[in-house]
Amino acid sequence: MAAHVEGQQHPIGIYLKIWGLLFVLSTASYLVDYFHFQGYLRWFLIITFMLLKAGLIVAVFMHMLWERLAMVYAILVPTTLLMVLLGIGALEADYTFFTRGVFFLKGLF
Amino acid sequence: MPEGIQGIVADWSSDQRAFKNVPWGKAMMWIFLLSDTFIFSCFLISYMTVRMSTTDPWPNPSEVFGLTLFGKSIPLLLIAIMTFVLISSSGTMAMAVKFGYEKNKRMTFILLLCTAALGATFVGMQAFEWTKLILHEGIRPWGNPLGAAQFGAAFFMITGFHGTHVSIGVIFLLITATKVIRGDLDHERPGFMTGRKGKYEIVEIMGLYWHFVDLVWVFIFAVFYLW
Repeated sequence: MAAHVEGQQHPIGIYLKIWGLLFVLSTASYLVDYFHFQGYLRWFLIITFMLLKAGLIVAVFMHMLWERLAMVYAILVPTTLLMVLLGIGALEADYTFFTRGVFFLKGLF
Repeated sequence: MPEGIQGIVADWSSDQRAFKNVPWGKAMMWIFLLSDTFIFSCFLISYMTVRMSTTDPWPNPSEVFGLTLFGKSIPLLLIAIMTFVLISSSGTMAMAVKFGYEKNKRMTFILLLCTAALGATFVGMQAFEWTKLILHEGIRPWGNPLGAAQFGAAFFMITGFHGTHVSIGVIFLLITATKVIRGDLDHERPGFMTGRKGKYEIVEIMGLYWHFVDLVWVFIFAVFYLW
């Protein structure tokens, strides 16, 4: 078997650029709160900035961009399964909120 | 080596190792981080469930975590500074990894120390934040004067677990920095609890852990402080 080339070497410029970009994105998400954006606009902005930041960190700082697909999928596929847990949590919370509403209202009369 | 879907099948069905071009220590760190992702997700999703189902108003994080500077109250200021400190530490860490593979001992050492110092700053600011919340705002894991009782439990659990990760990271950064400057990696001296030779890939493995801590903060910042 041929020797593997191990270790990741990339020019320093890419790290500095990503660093700068992360600063810009963090400032942007802070400004969302500072300017009191509300409702769907707030959620859209917060989640977009969050995912962009997470993506940049994983792809460049953690070198996922240059790994082989076998590695990338082994890490990212299980992570996406968490969306199912997120969905179950949200459904359950909605139902709990509803039953609590009914229960507390009954107590008033 | 084949690429794409064919590459995945070839890698997983190949001899000896599934993760090509990845040292085993790095693969193990990734698998540890995957399991840690699940732990943090459990906390964050439980927090979401609790926050969505409570009938009491949730304390407004924008005000709770605000700071008063020069008689003006600025929302979330402390948290914003903490975010920038942690991102900066990620930047210095990424560069430490780069200089590590170039076998530039001095720069790697300096950048690892910078990362550790920024990490310690972050933990210090978190301690300040906790003190403010516990002593001045009267926030407890079982209740608080501002609203929903679950606020304290969720806050202390999530940020506490994250802060513990940062603290452990700082300790390991200092250990890695010591190994680098002593020349352990140049001379391939084995580390503690292992007979394997020291290599510069341990700097990258350390980096993976550190970036993960930053990554978790990105999610905590968005869903806990900005919600």
